Amino acid sequence: MRNLLELSGVSVSFGGIKALSDVSMNVPLNQVTAVIGPNGAGKTSLFNVISGFYPANEGGVSFSGDDLLKRPAHARSTLGISRTFQNIALFPGMTVEENIKLGAHAQLKTGLFAAALYFGPAQREEAAITERIATDILPLLDLSDYRHRSVSGLPYGVQKRIELARALVNKPQLLMLDEPFAGMPSPEKAKMSSYIRRIVSETGITALLIDHDMESIMSMSDQIVVLNFGRVIAAGTPAEVQGNPAVVEAYLGGE
Amino acid sequence: MNAPMTSVSAEAVTAAPKRSYLPELISWLILAACLVVLPSFGSVYVIYMVCLIAINIIATVGLNITVGYTGLLSIGHSAFLGVGAYASALMWLHLGTPLIVNMLVGGVAAFVIGLIFGVPALRIRGVYLAIATLAAQYFLYFIFQQWTSVTGGDRGLSLPRIDVFGLGDTGFYYVVMLTALIACIAARNVFRTRVGRSFIAVREKDYAAEVLGINVIRTKLIAFGIGAAFAGVAGSLLAVFLRIVNPDQFTLVVSVFFLAAVVVGGRASILGSILGAVFMTLMPEILRFVLEHAAPQGADLARLLSPLREILFGALIVGFLIFEPRGLVGLVRRAFGDTEAVEARAGEH
Amino acid sequence: MLMQILEFSLIGVASGGIYVLAALSFVIVYKATNIFNFATGEMMMFGTYLFFMFDTQLGFGWIAGLAAALIGSACLAMVLERGLLRPLIGRPAVVLVMVTLGVSSILRGFAGLIWGPDVRQLTEILPRNPIFLGDILIPGKLAWGFVIIGLIAGAFMAYYRFSRAGTAIRATSTDQVTAESLGINIRAVFLLSWALAGVLTAASGIITASVNGVTPQLGQVALNVLAVVMLAGMTSVGGVVIAGLFVGWLETMVGAYLGASWQSFIPYLVVLLVMLVKPTGLFGERRIERI
Repeated sequence: MRNLLELSGVSVSFGGIKALSDVSMNVPLNQVTAVIGPNGAGKTSLFNVISGFYPANEGGVSFSGDDLLKRPAHARSTLGISRTFQNIALFPGMTVEENIKLGAHAQLKTGLFAAALYFGPAQREEAAITERIATDILPLLDLSDYRHRSVSGLPYGVQKRIELARALVNKPQLLMLDEPFAGMPSPEKAKMSSYIRRIVSETGITALLIDHDMESIMSMSDQIVVLNFGRVIAAGTPAEVQGNPAVVEAYLGGE
Repeated sequence: MNAPMTSVSAEAVTAAPKRSYLPELISWLILAACLVVLPSFGSVYVIYMVCLIAINIIATVGLNITVGYTGLLSIGHSAFLGVGAYASALMWLHLGTPLIVNMLVGGVAAFVIGLIFGVPALRIRGVYLAIATLAAQYFLYFIFQQWTSVTGGDRGLSLPRIDVFGLGDTGFYYVVMLTALIACIAARNVFRTRVGRSFIAVREKDYAAEVLGINVIRTKLIAFGIGAAFAGVAGSLLAVFLRIVNPDQFTLVVSVFFLAAVVVGGRASILGSILGAVFMTLMPEILRFVLEHAAPQGADLARLLSPLREILFGALIVGFLIFEPRGLVGLVRRAFGDTEAVEARAGEH
Repeated sequence: MLMQILEFSLIGVASGGIYVLAALSFVIVYKATNIFNFATGEMMMFGTYLFFMFDTQLGFGWIAGLAAALIGSACLAMVLERGLLRPLIGRPAVVLVMVTLGVSSILRGFAGLIWGPDVRQLTEILPRNPIFLGDILIPGKLAWGFVIIGLIAGAFMAYYRFSRAGTAIRATSTDQVTAESLGINIRAVFLLSWALAGVLTAASGIITASVNGVTPQLGQVALNVLAVVMLAGMTSVGGVVIAGLFVGWLETMVGAYLGASWQSFIPYLVVLLVMLVKPTGLFGERRIERI
């Protein structure tokens, strides 16, 4: 089985705080990998290193054989990495459709002067992306009715789906989801679970997610990596991790 | 927290704002028709004011792109107007080039100078651009005033009448109208595409924008440069319009004027830029009118006008930011029942 | 030759003292409330006019006038914070900065309206007689001004470091949420920091104007103050003292040996260099934002 993403010995520190210590893990192709751990374990820092927001003091990250740490943050989309954020990073000043279109920003080509003119290539490109989103993306996540609504004011669960939709537009290889189940009631979580699994099986995407919700994670992940205090303390299938004493201690002992 | 799916869908469908564009289109056409025939019927004063308003619209649209849409604070906008005015005036005086060339030179010059101040500041997140533009404001004023051999110092430059296509003043009026129209349409178009969306994304959550493939620093530079370029073009028209160019036309007060126009009219809105420019251009005139009739006899009006303008501009900025963050355009849209668009455009404001 | 350099250096350092107080006011506001106060220069100017009004125009005499000006300036600052800036908490930083910009315009306008554009001289509090250090001559007002600035700055920094209120300010500036959960009254901290800023700017303005008088344009010196703040780093209280004295020294040396035109370039050069080389300044902290 091939790995799409490989981390080896990654360490990140801010001043005196070590967010990640010698983290090594693999994200296998076309599977769902979940990263779990108590609060402050370093999960979001892990995402931020992969996203290129935090520099790694030590170690390396390899994506499809490419040294990811050498690339600037805004190269991620072109490389085929998309992510959602813990606090839903949608843009309130724009509509649902406009937000989702931004997912394709790196694929679209309209430049400043073409945009100012609009008629011709820019208009055609806009029409094409509008069409593609309406046909392929919106129905996939039951968002068709919200197309022209402003993002602000929409229910939380809907906003999470919109952010997911935006992350899918550029047909990424790696989909990173930061707490996709946060703040949702059970039926919504089950829905989100099935969306994610459906996307992975239908499009061959690789999913890497962070969350606290053990039930949802256990039921839908192929592999789980457990972090605590910035270190990997366990990795394996859900069954293997569940029985691991170090994991149990991390979650119960640290209260 | 979440209503069942079906009722939310129904609500979404009925609330989807697919307004008819026809009334809006008709009002614009009527306005356009009035403007086209104005030179034949209007008084000199009215034509003068309309020209001035149009020039201010160009500058305001530019500043709105920088401040309103992209969320960057630029305090030196009038300095870029100055760059455009001096550049274009010098082109005309020394090379005799046609107006359109001078306008382009003015725009490009302002763009380049803008970038010189923008590059060091925009490499880092934070309010550094505001500082850099303040520095630009004073620095460029200093240059305008001190580089006497080129700029004529305090006395400035005076230009002879410019004859456009042999139509004289009327020709110039149409050039100004056309330029303002092109500026507004071009700006409006940009925000129908990925380019404009990237500006808004950078304003609202730049880290998310990065992940989506937007080079945030480059985007900020372009947004800032465009603002400066629009100011440069406006400045070059101003030079021809007033036929003089001197440093006191490009002071901090004028920069505050344009900021007020953006805030009062409505940030992140082309229509707002237009309303703001109209409002702010007319304000000092109204102020002068009120003063002339309300002030006690013998009061030195000239002495009062300048500080009163400063108070007015500042109060408008503060007042609108606190009480009406969506600006005049928000009021207009609400009047037409377009409440959702108002909330949407406001975003985090 | 060496004597001359020394003389200019001392004069430079003394004149740099003027920047220190205004820079301190800027930093205290920025640290405590996270607001970039573009009205700092105009607060200096307005505080100075208040002194002029109470002392010269209303005839209170310079002691009462001074007290009234400092208190008045503090009150004005608090009204600003409570009335205009507090309602805007939560809005993007750009909005808050624009409000301070609007306020600066309003203050300039009122000053021009009430007192006119002409230069107004203040009563001479600082002795004129030059101070002689050996062969070196330092203008009296400059030297005494420096001494007073030193006292005020020293008192302020002692207060900031050692008093309960000062500790509250420092706690708030580090982490508002934690500070509040520890029982610190954040709103009081905001008001206090602005009140202090009002006092510092008024003092700074009065000392500045004691040499050349006051006009509504006195706030223009804010660009120099900004250069100092940027050089020091916007969050460094101790740093602005060093930076202020250094910039004053630099300006005087450049002015003396290269001429006045070069001297006026210095603030821009400082700002530019800081931005290019070390944006957080010499002593500032890099604030990392949690994403």
